[in-house]
Amino acid sequence: MHLGIVDWAIMLTYFGFVLGIGVVLQRSVRTSDDFFLSGRRMPAWVAGLAFMSANLGAQEVIGMAASGAKYGLMTSHFYWVGAIPAMVFLGVFMMPFYYGSRARSVPEYLRLRFDEKTRAFNAVSFAIMTVFSSGISMYAMGLLLNLLLGWDFNASMWVCAVIVLAYILVGGLTSAIYNEVLQFFLIVFGFLPLVLLGLHDVGGWTGLQAGLARVAGAQGFAPGAWSESWRYLGNTASNPMGVEWFGMAMGLGFVLSFGYWCTDFLIIQRAMAAESMSAARRTPLIATLPKMLFPFLVIVPGMIAIALTAGAGSSGFHLPPKPDGTLNYDLVIPVMLAHYFPSGLLGLGLTALIASFMSGMAGNVTAFNTVWTNDIYAPYLRPGAGDEHYLWIGRLATVAGVLLSLAAAYLVAEFNNIMDVLQLVFAFINAPLFATFLLGMFWKRSNGDGAFTGLLAGTVAAGLHHGLTLPAHATAGIKGGWLGVVHAYPSEMAQNFWTAIFAWSTCFLVTILVSLATRPPDPAVLPGLVYSATPRIVTADEPWILRPATLGVAALAAVVVLNLLFW
Amino acid sequence: MGNTMNLDIRLPIGLLFTLLGILLVVEGLIGGFGVDLAWGVVMVLFGIAMLMLAGRAAARRRSDAARR
Repeated sequence: MHLGIVDWAIMLTYFGFVLGIGVVLQRSVRTSDDFFLSGRRMPAWVAGLAFMSANLGAQEVIGMAASGAKYGLMTSHFYWVGAIPAMVFLGVFMMPFYYGSRARSVPEYLRLRFDEKTRAFNAVSFAIMTVFSSGISMYAMGLLLNLLLGWDFNASMWVCAVIVLAYILVGGLTSAIYNEVLQFFLIVFGFLPLVLLGLHDVGGWTGLQAGLARVAGAQGFAPGAWSESWRYLGNTASNPMGVEWFGMAMGLGFVLSFGYWCTDFLIIQRAMAAESMSAARRTPLIATLPKMLFPFLVIVPGMIAIALTAGAGSSGFHLPPKPDGTLNYDLVIPVMLAHYFPSGLLGLGLTALIASFMSGMAGNVTAFNTVWTNDIYAPYLRPGAGDEHYLWIGRLATVAGVLLSLAAAYLVAEFNNIMDVLQLVFAFINAPLFATFLLGMFWKRSNGDGAFTGLLAGTVAAGLHHGLTLPAHATAGIKGGWLGVVHAYPSEMAQNFWTAIFAWSTCFLVTILVSLATRPPDPAVLPGLVYSATPRIVTADEPWILRPATLGVAALAAVVVLNLLFW
Repeated sequence: MGNTMNLDIRLPIGLLFTLLGILLVVEGLIGGFGVDLAWGVVMVLFGIAMLMLAGRAAARRRSDAARR
């Protein structure tokens, strides 16, 4: 791929804006609240777009396009089933407790509602996780830029790290949020022409369907297996993902999706920065609109790429193979950029890709510095210091977070297995979390001992389930079965969904049992933290069209229509 | 909305997309790339719309402040 002057100009203009925003925002950071929570001043639409974008790292973009090619339109379940309902639940039912408790982080909510040990468990595992995710993101970026443009692996990682560090250091969370909003529009404008040009090449939606029917036929599936989302979920053998509707709805749609969207501080932090309770509740609800449309931007390119590779279209586009002869699905977006975009649009598309890498990194770093300062340093290492001190520690933690991420990136580059092992362990830790929050917010009898034991038990259950099962065609080890194989799943995806289901159910049951066997929590602390102990929020003074319930119902209705349209 | 913030996000968005759009239009005209030209125009229009929204909000803030 060769870059012209205009491509460089586009990229440098963007970097200039990123840094400029940080500099302009510098004067608005005076207290630690400004730094960690944007002083709770964000309008709902800004927080909403940042909420959606913080999750939209480059791995998401590249991974979703790859899944689009591998599994077809079924990948949309990660959005329409695996995100929207959870986002609506967060906005309508859970946000009142997150925002209303005035906690500065998700672990802090756990301390208010439960106890120190539950918070410490969540804070420490979350902090480690963010460092590694941002490291993995950096590593992926260095690799991709090296492959596409021949840039030096180390130099591209360090340059991007320094830019991210600079704008967070001076502008704090506000700077990160603003850049996420910028990145959102950049991705839309950078990828939309790709979809349009690709669709034109493949012969429109009907041409795409015909091409995908060939893809499906070649692998022994029904013609619509790549272009319909639900029809082939009746059993695991009839769809390329190897999952059935129950595992999909429960594992992805309930446990994994609610566990991520309703408890992950990285995204919740964006809503906590909103200017008011109603803005905080509208944040995830506003985010549902772009979220439900994003499959057309990130999954459809993968579907186009695989259809073209199977012989559709006239421009001769072809996905490159890996050394072992299988198609390299991860290159869908980069290869399409190179194929369709002339100099100019190419710079725009690449900038969008780099922007999403950087904001993925920035999201992790801002969540890390907050959790480190607020939930590890302040309570356990140096309680009772002044606000200025914590602001200083927050900035220091930003530098440390970026350096640790770089270290993690090199670690991953050195030992590729580490990435797989870590992602596995994180999945074990995350899977049960939603049970804890659900019981914490909606059952006032649940207590700290119950929550903590439940979390541990759920994590152990996830590990056990993974150790005792194995996806088809895999060898025992990192893929599972390291304790002996009791059950074999048709695919890795199915195994993941069921690991999550087991972890969640274990945590749910153990939390209930242990809570009942131990002392109930002090009723005096519960108001504002638990549903039944909190007065209803009056929304009557808002226009009905802006009330969370109205927006939530509208989002759900829209997503049902989308599912039916592409059934 | 946004009247307590120090920087209206619509301002940098509007500026950035207007600039990037102009770059694309110029490249489209010089290099003869129709898609660059067309998409550049779309981006400039989006950028200007954002700038106008930011301008209107600023004007409203000023008149609010004047009334108070």
